[in-house]
Amino acid sequence: MTTVVAESTTPAAAPRATGRGRLVLARLLAARGAAIGAVLVLLLFALAFGGPYLTPWDYATPDFGALHQPPSTEHWFGTNGVGQDVFAQTVRGLQKSLVIGLLVALFSTVLASLVGACAGYFGGWTDRALMFLVDLLLVFPSFLIITIVSPRLKSTGWIAFVLLLALFNWMITARVVRSMTISLREREFVRAAQFMGVRPLRIIGRHVLPNVASFLIIDATIAVGGAVMSETALSYFGFGVKPPDVSLGTLLAAGTSEAPVFPWLFYFAAGLLVLFVLAVNLIGDGLRDALDPTAGGGRRRRGFRLRGASRPRGASLLGGASTPRGASRTRSDSRRKKP
Amino acid sequence: MLRYLAKRLSYYAVLLIAAVFLAYAISATALQPRTYFDAKVPRPAAESVERQLTALNLNDHTPVVERFGHWAGGLLHGDLGRTIHDTPVTDDFGRRVWVSLRLLLIGSLLGIVLGVAAGAWSAVRQYRISDRLLTVLSFVLLSTPVFLVALLLKNGAIAAKDAAGHEVVPFTGYETPGLGGGLGAHLADWALHLLLPTISLALGGLATYSRYQRGTMLDVLGSDYLRTAEAKGLTRGRALVKHGLRTAVIPMSTMFAYSFLGIFTGAIFTETIFGWHGMGEWLIQSINEQDVNSVVAVNLFTAVVVLASGFLADTLHAALDPRVRS
Repeated sequence: MTTVVAESTTPAAAPRATGRGRLVLARLLAARGAAIGAVLVLLLFALAFGGPYLTPWDYATPDFGALHQPPSTEHWFGTNGVGQDVFAQTVRGLQKSLVIGLLVALFSTVLASLVGACAGYFGGWTDRALMFLVDLLLVFPSFLIITIVSPRLKSTGWIAFVLLLALFNWMITARVVRSMTISLREREFVRAAQFMGVRPLRIIGRHVLPNVASFLIIDATIAVGGAVMSETALSYFGFGVKPPDVSLGTLLAAGTSEAPVFPWLFYFAAGLLVLFVLAVNLIGDGLRDALDPTAGGGRRRRGFRLRGASRPRGASLLGGASTPRGASRTRSDSRRKKP
Repeated sequence: MLRYLAKRLSYYAVLLIAAVFLAYAISATALQPRTYFDAKVPRPAAESVERQLTALNLNDHTPVVERFGHWAGGLLHGDLGRTIHDTPVTDDFGRRVWVSLRLLLIGSLLGIVLGVAAGAWSAVRQYRISDRLLTVLSFVLLSTPVFLVALLLKNGAIAAKDAAGHEVVPFTGYETPGLGGGLGAHLADWALHLLLPTISLALGGLATYSRYQRGTMLDVLGSDYLRTAEAKGLTRGRALVKHGLRTAVIPMSTMFAYSFLGIFTGAIFTETIFGWHGMGEWLIQSINEQDVNSVVAVNLFTAVVVLASGFLADTLHAALDPRVRS
C-alpha cells in the first residue's frame, strides 16, 4: 500500500500529465502479456459487436434444413437441435456477457471507492457502521440473495441482474480503499485542504480518490473478468440472463447435455469465455506493473507484483473458487532484483 | 491472546445473528410458499392452504418479525422448522451436511496445501521454466469458472467411458447405490466418487493461493533474517520452511477464511453438476420449491461455517504472529 501512497507526489496522475501517461503507455506496451491481452480483448469486442453483421443468420431464427450440423462454410460454428446458427448465438451471447461484465465492474468499483473512502476518511462510527456492513455482506452468501431475488425480477430483465451482481461485488475493494484512505488522510495536502476549509466530500473527490485511482483502475479491470464469470455461472443455472435472451452462460447451459455428441454447441462458448477472462486478467496484470510508481522506465518487466498487499478475492461471487483480482503479482519481484 | 479471540468471537456472534435475520427476512418475503400450494392439482381449498401455511410458519399474512421470532425460538431447541413437504428440516440437514462437508473440507484443504506448496516452490524457483509454467497454468485456471471446470471434467469422464466401454471414473452421485462389500470397499467407492468433484473445487483454490503465496514468499526470500538463519548454519531448505514459509503463510490465513464462501458457491455448482445430494443442491431445489425454512437452513449453515473459518483464521494468525496477541 505504501507504493500507492508514494504516487501522491504526482497528484496530476490524470492522463493530461503527458509524462506519466506516456510512461504508463510505454510500460504497458513493453509488457508482453498485457499487449497480448489488449489485442485479444479488442478482437473479442470486434467479434461480439461486428460478428452479427458478418453472418446472414440471426441468433433466434432457425434453419430447419440444418439441424445439429457440424461447423461448415454455411454455419461457421454449426447449428443446434432446432437449427439455430451457433455462431450468431455465440456472438450475441458474448456481446451480452461483455456488456454485463463491464457494467458490473463499473458500478461495483464506483460503490467500493465511495464506501471505502468515506469509511476511511470519516473514521469513527461511520467507519464502524460501514465496515460492519461490509463484513455482513461478506459473511452473507450473496449467491443466495441473487438466486432468491432474481426470479422476481424477470420483468425488469438483465439490468436488474447487473445491479444485483454489482451490489455483491464491491466489499473487498472497499476494504482496500479504506485502508489506503486512512493513510492518505494524514498527508500534508489533505491536511492543508482541511485547514483551508474544503468540505470533506470535496476532499474525497479531489484529493483522496485520485490517489487511489491506479488501484481502482487495476481492480476494475480484473473485476470485469470476475463479473463475466459470475454472470455465466448464474445464467448457467437459470438465475441470471434468461432465455430467449442469450449470454455465454445460457449457451453453455443449453449445450452441456449434448456436448459429448455435438461438441460445437459447448466448446465455442466455453473457449471464448476462458479466452476473454484470461485476456482481461493479463491486462490487469500488465496495468499493475505499468501504473506502479516504483517501477522503472519502459523496459520490459518480467516479474509479478501485487499491489495493495493481500487482497483476498475469495468472497467474490462465483467466479473461480475465488476470483483473481490482484492475485497474480506481488511487489517483491522487482524489489528482489534491486541490490 | 484469549482476550483477542474473545473479542473476535463476540463480533462474529453479532454478525451471525444479523446475517441470519437478514437471510430470513429476505427469503421469507421474496419466496412465495403460497404459490406452491396454490399450484397443486387439484387445487386445495383456501382455508386449507391458510391452515397449512400457518402450521408450517410460512403464512405471509403473519408479520416477518413474528415468523422469525417463532423460527428463532425453535432454533434454540435445535429445531429448524419444517420443510414445505411437512418433514423436519433437521432431517434433510443432517443427511446433506455430511455429503457437503466431505467435499468442502477435502476440496478446500487440498487447494490450500497444494496452493501454498506450489506458490512457495514457484517463488524459490523464480523465473525458471517451472515457475513460468505454473504461472501460465494458474492464469488459465483463474480464468475458468468452477462450473466450467466441473463440466469439462465430467465431459472428460463421459468421453473416457465411451472410449473404454465402461465407467472409468464415476461422475454422478457420491456412492454406488446398493454396493456390497465391507468398509474397505465402501471407502474406496467414496474416494473414487470424490475424485472429480474434489479436483474441480481444489483447482481454483490451487491457482489463487499459489499466486498469493508466491508473492508473500518472494517478499520473505530477500529478507535479512532468512540470511541470518542460513548464516547460523541452518540448511537452505530448513531455513526456508522454518523461517520463510512460516512468515509467508501469515497473510494468507485471512484469505483462507474469506475464500470459504467462494468455495461454497463453487460447491453448489459442483454438487449440482455431479449429482451430489448436498447442501448446494438442496439450496437450488428449495428455492425452486419456495421452501423458505430449508433456504434459511442452508444460509445458517454457510454463515456458521464462514464465521467458524474466520475464527479459525484469527486463531491461526494469533498463533503464528505474536504481535497480534498483545
